[in-house]
Amino acid sequence: MEPPAKYLYYPGCSLKATGVAYEESLLTTLRLLEIPVEELSDWNCCGATAYMSVSEASATLLALRNLALAHQAGTKDVLAPCSACYLTLRKSHELATHYPEAAKDVERFLEQAGLPRPDSVRVRHPLEVLYTDVGIQRLRELTVRRLQGVRMASYYGCQAVRPYGEVDDPHEPVRMDEVLRAVGVETVDYPLKTKCCGGSLTGTIHEVGLRLNYILLKEAQRKGAQAIVTICPLCQFNLDAYQREIRKQTGEPIDMPVLYLTQVIGWALGGGFRELGLHRAISGRKLIEQWFTVKKEAETYV
Amino acid sequence: MERQIRYQREANLEWARQFTKQPGGERLLSCIQCGTCSGACPLSIYMDLTPRQVIALVREGFREDALRSKTIWLCASCYACAVECPQKISITDIMYRLKREAIRSNLYPKRFPIPVLAREFCEMVRRRGRNSEFWVVFRMALRSNPFVLFSMARTGWDLWRTGRLSLRKERIRRINDLQFIPAASKEVD
Repeated sequence: MEPPAKYLYYPGCSLKATGVAYEESLLTTLRLLEIPVEELSDWNCCGATAYMSVSEASATLLALRNLALAHQAGTKDVLAPCSACYLTLRKSHELATHYPEAAKDVERFLEQAGLPRPDSVRVRHPLEVLYTDVGIQRLRELTVRRLQGVRMASYYGCQAVRPYGEVDDPHEPVRMDEVLRAVGVETVDYPLKTKCCGGSLTGTIHEVGLRLNYILLKEAQRKGAQAIVTICPLCQFNLDAYQREIRKQTGEPIDMPVLYLTQVIGWALGGGFRELGLHRAISGRKLIEQWFTVKKEAETYV
Repeated sequence: MERQIRYQREANLEWARQFTKQPGGERLLSCIQCGTCSGACPLSIYMDLTPRQVIALVREGFREDALRSKTIWLCASCYACAVECPQKISITDIMYRLKREAIRSNLYPKRFPIPVLAREFCEMVRRRGRNSEFWVVFRMALRSNPFVLFSMARTGWDLWRTGRLSLRKERIRRINDLQFIPAASKEVD
């Protein structure tokens, strides 16, 4: 399959706020890969898990408006970096195109809003773009810097791989590990790589959310990882922002960088510290500075 | 002492029949009660009923037990149960349907932060087309337990100093498009 000529980027709420480093590093990485990308004009909220909990029909139409706007803009590939956005858009596309029960609502809404049917639009995730569209071979060729001796745990989380399994295998995903290894990063075996971080539970039932993230961090540490790599803004936020509290509660010295895949790849392709949003980490800041600050001799060495 | 078992006459078999007639619901009838869902669920240890028990209650028509449970709200929609289920039951979507019915029938646990968050979130999105993380969490806290804001202050500060806390109230231009979406609030109230 030919890689698309252009992607339409759907940020969602997180990539404009808590996950702004994901936006920065994604756009930098795509620029370094010379892949044209443009933000979807006037996008609206995907609805996440909350809207689906209140109304299925409304949640489907809400997400579908974004796909219709993409179709109108003439681009087939919508790039949704947040796992919740990815799943919600992907699911609304399926409900709208494959469920006859939804067909009437969909037709009426699109007609009233003056929007086209988005049947041919595809919802894509950055991991898919790196692994399938760019490819391991090309990433290897384009690598200009290598992180020496740093071991990382790839954490896939839930909704990017489940239930659809198009981004990667829902039971045993490996693509993030392969992408990381292509740019010279060592990855550890991480059995909890698809275990849920709890999503918004850290904000609602705090103790439960905290505990889930403690388990994820602790296991990464036990497997010898010095950092966790994520592909979702909510995973990154949960694992990064609550380490102080987890330290206080458990008394365990956890201070681990939690990075976006696009930060690590972007850096290997030659991206700068700030343009990859590496200065926005809350935990493991010392290690991040140590690893990603480019020293003169390191540049000449590569 | 509270009675733990139910009598058959307390079951609403008509409801169960309707529930399993909806798309995806018919798979419920093939549940073998193996408990794989409960085993795969990262949250089952915190639930009042396990996912397997919820499925059993729904299938037998014990509507209120299922709708009043905290289980359906603790479900974080991670789909672990759905991909592991040997009978290919989309348990996550069943949880969603129960959540919607619990809100619609006003049976959800009041002041339990998760349904409060869901409602605040929807309201903001309907009004502005976008959700602003800070404001939705703020409103949820006000309506469930305002004291929690104190414990959030430290995390808020960490986000602020790394440039990750946006106070902007996001809004889309063509907000009129959304008026054609059937109002979620109608289903709520």
